[in-house]
Amino acid sequence: MSETTNILVVGIGGQGVMTATEILAEAAIALGHDAKKTEVAGMAQRGGVVSSHLRFGKRVLSPQITPGTADILLGFEAAEGMRWRHMLRPDGQALMNVGRLTPPVVDLGLYEYPADPVASVRAAGTRVVAFDATSIALGLGEIRLGNTVMLGAISSYLPFPAEVLEAAVLKRFATRKPALLELNRRAFAAGRDAAANASAEELAAAVAG
Amino acid sequence: MATASSMIPAPAQSRLFMSGNDAVSRAVWDAGVRVAAAYPGTPSTEMLEVLSTYPDIYTEWSVNEKVSLEVAFGASMAGSRAFCAMKHVGVNVASDALMTLTLTGVKGGLVLAVADDVGLSSSQNEQDSRTWGRFAHIPVLEPADSQEAYDFTLAAFDLSERFQTPVLLRLTTRICHVKALVTVGERKTYPAAGFTKESTRWVMVPGHAARRLPLLFEREKALAVASAESALNFIDDGSDRRVGFIATGPAAMHVREAFPDAPLFKLGFAYPAPIERLREFAASVDKLVVVEEIEPLLENELKAAGIAVSGKDILPRIGELAPNVLKPAVAGLLGETLPASQVAAPLPVFPRPPTMCVACPHLGVYYTLSQVKNVTVAGDIGCYTLGAGHPWNALDACISMGASMGMALGLDKGRGEADADRRIVAVIGDSTFMHMGMQGLLDIVYNRGNVTVLLLDNRAVGMTGGQNNPGNGRDIHNNPAPQIDFESLVKALGVREERVHVVNPYELPTLFKRLREETKIPEPSVIITNQPCVLVQDYQPKSPFMVEEDRCTGCGSCVDIGCPAIHVTRRDTVQKPNGKEVARSFVRIETAACTGCGLCLQPCAPKAIVPAAVAAKVHVLQQH
Repeated sequence: MSETTNILVVGIGGQGVMTATEILAEAAIALGHDAKKTEVAGMAQRGGVVSSHLRFGKRVLSPQITPGTADILLGFEAAEGMRWRHMLRPDGQALMNVGRLTPPVVDLGLYEYPADPVASVRAAGTRVVAFDATSIALGLGEIRLGNTVMLGAISSYLPFPAEVLEAAVLKRFATRKPALLELNRRAFAAGRDAAANASAEELAAAVAG
Repeated sequence: MATASSMIPAPAQSRLFMSGNDAVSRAVWDAGVRVAAAYPGTPSTEMLEVLSTYPDIYTEWSVNEKVSLEVAFGASMAGSRAFCAMKHVGVNVASDALMTLTLTGVKGGLVLAVADDVGLSSSQNEQDSRTWGRFAHIPVLEPADSQEAYDFTLAAFDLSERFQTPVLLRLTTRICHVKALVTVGERKTYPAAGFTKESTRWVMVPGHAARRLPLLFEREKALAVASAESALNFIDDGSDRRVGFIATGPAAMHVREAFPDAPLFKLGFAYPAPIERLREFAASVDKLVVVEEIEPLLENELKAAGIAVSGKDILPRIGELAPNVLKPAVAGLLGETLPASQVAAPLPVFPRPPTMCVACPHLGVYYTLSQVKNVTVAGDIGCYTLGAGHPWNALDACISMGASMGMALGLDKGRGEADADRRIVAVIGDSTFMHMGMQGLLDIVYNRGNVTVLLLDNRAVGMTGGQNNPGNGRDIHNNPAPQIDFESLVKALGVREERVHVVNPYELPTLFKRLREETKIPEPSVIITNQPCVLVQDYQPKSPFMVEEDRCTGCGSCVDIGCPAIHVTRRDTVQKPNGKEVARSFVRIETAACTGCGLCLQPCAPKAIVPAAVAAKVHVLQQH
C-alpha cells in the first residue's frame, strides 16, 4: 500500500457504516497515524446511500478518496458494494456482505435489483471476498452486530494487526455497554473467520478454474 | 441529541478526533462565549448540539436563523461574547439583521459560523456565503480542516473585538463533517462588560445610520491591513514555479495533495484579501490559478486589481473541488496531456434515494394526498419534501422555509379558467411553520385565500435529527419548556374555529374525509396531524404485522403507502375476464423493521395483513 491508506466503507443509513469507519479511524490513530474521515450523510437517516471515507498515514491532506485509489472497499450491503466498486484501485480489495436491502424504488418495480452483485464486481476485474454478515449477525442474535462482523472481516486486510482493530471495537463497548463486550468479541471473530473462509474458497476456485 | 447533563470537556492540550463542527464548538467554549444560538440545518447542526453539552454557556435552539443572530447580537450588546451558527440558506433569513448590525458593529465578540452545503448533500440550492462578507463588509475566515476550524474560531473572536465587527466563519460540508485530529487549548472566561446606552450606536434610524456608514468603510480598510499582516495568510512554497495557486478553505488541501511541489498562497483571512501580497506572489510564478468553492469571488477581485489569474475558466463553478478535478484542469492550462485515466466507470446500480422511515406519520398524509384528485400541493422544507417522490408524487413545489403558504395563496389567486376547480393544499411541518410559515398563514387568512393547510406536527425538527422545538415542550437540554399549542395558534392567526381540525394521520379514512371536505370549502382551513416522528422519544412502537401469503391477492395497494418495510416478493400479470391485463405484486412485511403503525392494513381489501404471530424480532439486546 502507498503512504496513505484509503478505506471506503459503504452501505445504507442505519447500518452503522459511520460508526464502523470511526472505529477504524480510532485504531489507526492509536498507532500514531494521521487520519481523516468524511462522509456525505445529510439524509443518511432516511435509508439513503452512505459512503464513508477513511484515509490514514503520515500526513493526510484531502479527506475524500479519489475515485480509483481506494485500497479496500467494505460493503455493508450487496448492491452498495457494487455501486462503489469504481472507487477501488485496479488491484484493490472488495469485502462484501451479500445481505440485501431492497429500497422502495425496487419494490415499486421502477428499478431492478442486480441479479448477482458479487459476480458483477468480480466480472469487472475486482478481487472480492464475499460473506453473509447479515446472517452471521442474526445468528448471534442481533442484526446490529453486523458492523462488528464487518470490522472483523476487514481486520486481516489492514496494514496493521487485526488485534489493534479488535481492541478499538471492544474499547467502545467496555466503556459504553460492557454487557455487550463478549457478544461483540464473538461477532468480530466470526467476521474475521468468514472473510478468511471466503478468501480461501475464492483462492481454491481460482486455482481450480 | 443533546442530553440534560453537561459533559466534562477534555483537558487542554488533548489531541482529539473532531469534526469541524466539534472543533468550532470547543473553540467557542474555549473563547469564553456566554451565549450561543442556532436553528438546525445540515451541515451546521452539530455545532449547537455539541455546545449544548458544555457547562457554563447559554445555548438555545432559536425558531429561525434571523432570531438566532438577533439573540447573539443582543448578547454582544450586553458585552458578552456570542456565537451563532447556520447553514448557507439560513443567512438569507438572517440577512436583514446582518446587514444593519454590521453598521452598529458589536461589543462582545460575535462570530457567525456559516456552513455552505457545497455539493448539495442536503439542501435546496448551492450558495457561496462568502458573498455576505463582501455585501455586509465584514471579515471572512476560511478554515481548511478541523484544527484550523478550532484555531480560526478563536482568532475570529479576537478580530471581532479588535474591530468591533461581526466575523463570518465560512465552513463547508468538508469542514463540518470531516473528522481529523485537533489539539485543543485552555478555556478563558470573559465576563460580560455590560450594556451601555448609546442610541447613536445601537438605534439605527437614518440619521444615526448615516453617521455609521463612513465608519463601516474605514473599518473595512483597516481589516484589509490586518489581513495583509495576518499569519492566517501565508505562502506554502514549492519548487515547481510553472503554476502557483491561491486557495481558500478545503480547496487548499486539494491543491497541496494534487500539486505537492507547487507554490501555494493559502488564504485563511480571506476577505478582505491581502491584494498586494497576492500581487507579489503572482509575480513569483509563471501562471496563477485561484482555487475556491463556489463563486469566483477572489478571482474577480484579483482580476479587478489587474492580476492575471485563471480560475473558473478552467475549474467547475458547481459542486466540490477535489484533486482529481484540479489535475486535468491545470494540465490543460499547461498544454499537457495526462496519461489516460485508469478510473473505471461505475457499475450500473438502481438509485437509492432517501425514503421516509418505517411507520412515519407522513406516510399516511402522502398516501391520502395521492388519492385526492385535482389537487396542487405546495410543499415545504423537511422530511416531508420526500412526498414529491415515489410512490406518492404528491408534492408539487418546494423552494424555501415557509414558502408553502405564500405559494399556495399565489396558486389560488393566480389560477386560470382551467384550474377553477383545482384544490390548493399547502403542506408544512411544525418546525418550518414556526420558523417562517406563521406569517404566510396570516397572509392567507387576511387575503381570504382558498387554501387548505396540512400542518404536520411531528414534534421535532425531524430532518436534521429530531432536535427539540417550541412544539414539543423541551428545550435544547431536553428540559421541560413552554409548549406551543398549534390549534390555538392557528386560530389566533385568524383561521375560523370550524376550519381547524386535529387528525391522527394513521387514521386514513378520517384524514381523507377531512381533506376532501376542507378542500371543497372556499376559505382557509388547517388540518393538524398530531403523531410524533418515529425517531424521537415520544414515539411508542407497537407490535409488528406480517402478510398471510395465501390471502395476499397481489393488488399492491399496501405498496402505495410507501413504507420501506413492505417488500414485493414476486410479480406477475393476469388477464381479467374482460380481457384487460392486470399487474400483481405479492408482498411481505419485514417484521423486524415493522413497528405496527397499521397504515398498510387499511387499504388491504383481502385483510391479508395480520399481527405477526411470533415476533420474529430478536430482542437479545433489550435485556441489557
